[in-house]
Amino acid sequence: METFRYLPGVTTLALDSEACVGCGLCTTVCPQGVLELREGLAVLIDRDACMECGACALNCPSGALTVTPGVGCAAYIIQTWLKGRGVKTSGCC
Amino acid sequence: MKTRPPAPATLGRQPCCTPAQACDGGLTPFPAGSQAAGSCCAPAPGPCSCGDGDLSGLPQADCSADTPCCGGPPPPAASSWERPGYAVCPFVLDFLSIPADPGANPTANPVPRIATRLGWRDHLGTVLTRCGIGRNSYAVAPGLYALGRPDPDSPVLVTANSKLTFDALRRDMDGQSAWLLVLDTRGVNVWCAAGKQLFSTREVALRVLSTGLARVVRHRTLILPQLSATGVKARDLRRACGFSAEFGPVRSADLPAFLKSGNEAEPAMRRVTFTLAERLVLVPVEIYLLKKPLAWGLAAIVLLAGFGSWGFSWAALMQRGVNASLALAAGVLAGCALVPALLPWLPGRAFALKGVAAGGLAAVAVLGLWWGRAGLGEGMGLLCLLLTVASYTGMNFTGSTPYTSPSGVEKEMRRAMPFQAAGLILAIIFWLASAFAAS
Repeated sequence: METFRYLPGVTTLALDSEACVGCGLCTTVCPQGVLELREGLAVLIDRDACMECGACALNCPSGALTVTPGVGCAAYIIQTWLKGRGVKTSGCC
Repeated sequence: MKTRPPAPATLGRQPCCTPAQACDGGLTPFPAGSQAAGSCCAPAPGPCSCGDGDLSGLPQADCSADTPCCGGPPPPAASSWERPGYAVCPFVLDFLSIPADPGANPTANPVPRIATRLGWRDHLGTVLTRCGIGRNSYAVAPGLYALGRPDPDSPVLVTANSKLTFDALRRDMDGQSAWLLVLDTRGVNVWCAAGKQLFSTREVALRVLSTGLARVVRHRTLILPQLSATGVKARDLRRACGFSAEFGPVRSADLPAFLKSGNEAEPAMRRVTFTLAERLVLVPVEIYLLKKPLAWGLAAIVLLAGFGSWGFSWAALMQRGVNASLALAAGVLAGCALVPALLPWLPGRAFALKGVAAGGLAAVAVLGLWWGRAGLGEGMGLLCLLLTVASYTGMNFTGSTPYTSPSGVEKEMRRAMPFQAAGLILAIIFWLASAFAAS
């Protein structure tokens, strides 16, 4: 996926290094190689590659990772603008 | 899904009323005290025809091929696995009987053993679904399935009940033995189902418990697809259902290597890809999902194309209607097909911009068709329409890519949509003005 890059500086992903327990699960579940385990702790090595799927934050046992996950689909986002977040949509994904 | 039961010869690996035989394939032995104690094979289900009654002396239909019969010989008798109101799916080879509870009827919980080679129905279903036809109902029943000859130590693979996912998994697991725990993800694939919380911690636990998986396998480990991590909190599973979870590779094609290496994934197995083939396979559904706005757009063109300073003209309706429909179709094809196909080579990172570039290519292709058939004003309107549609549909492709973030898409949309709205307004003004300003 290194050939594909999307807009930089937009992801909501954040890592609290002090809270990290070094389990490495985030590096396992991330499909983009955003995180790496260095000296026993997770580090963000390619933050702009994050697609905010939320897998790392959901599986982080210490809450060191936070992200606002969502669906990156234009039709869905328009519906959230019109009807508000959390609406039931069809035709996405 | 219309299904046909497999030939009886492949069903029930022991004939009805045959005493327990030696195990083969390492199947789960039935516990002492159960009806089939000592057996580990699949006895015929249901009441046995030679149980309490006596059928001796009663004539049996002679259905051999050389027996004279009107309308040809009848098809084989119903298999012992058929049940009123149910049908055996074509991908089922036979059934393994798993005792759900010691002492319970061992035939009450048969596990279908599924084929790893896809048939013509599977390929046809794949093509139709990829084109959007029956897309929302192309699913298999959730529950436990067997691949190969699994035993109580075989791995348990968890997957979605999208038939496309199910087919890919069983095809890629050819030659392997495993249990397949299929979740009810409403026919949605793994990643999208996880994003929608259909492939969730709760659903995994629920399916583990409802299938009695703990009585089928001796170990307590589930192998989840990596992309399900968006919906499954692995550490909560042990408490919820007694099974812990390991995340397998992204692609089912890597599962045999993953299992062979003791559940270790190479770094490449953990990364999503977006190859040309992976992009092109999305094109038909991208177009299919636009059917409603396309229908509205075409209806508007048909309603307005015939009117102008001349009043109403069938000739104008045909000429201007075809030109505008062509612009609409070219814009859709640019955004839905050219953007995926040329994604790495189109300029910029924003998909709206890539859509404009793809629309420019499409405009060059259709220019010859418009040349001499449309005036300058109409041509400008058609060009605006084509580029605007290409830009929007290209931007909408972000929902199908594995690398765009919702924050990024929203940012892009806030920038691009004012231009797209202006483009559409200009298209309408130019197109209508060219008709009503004509002398």
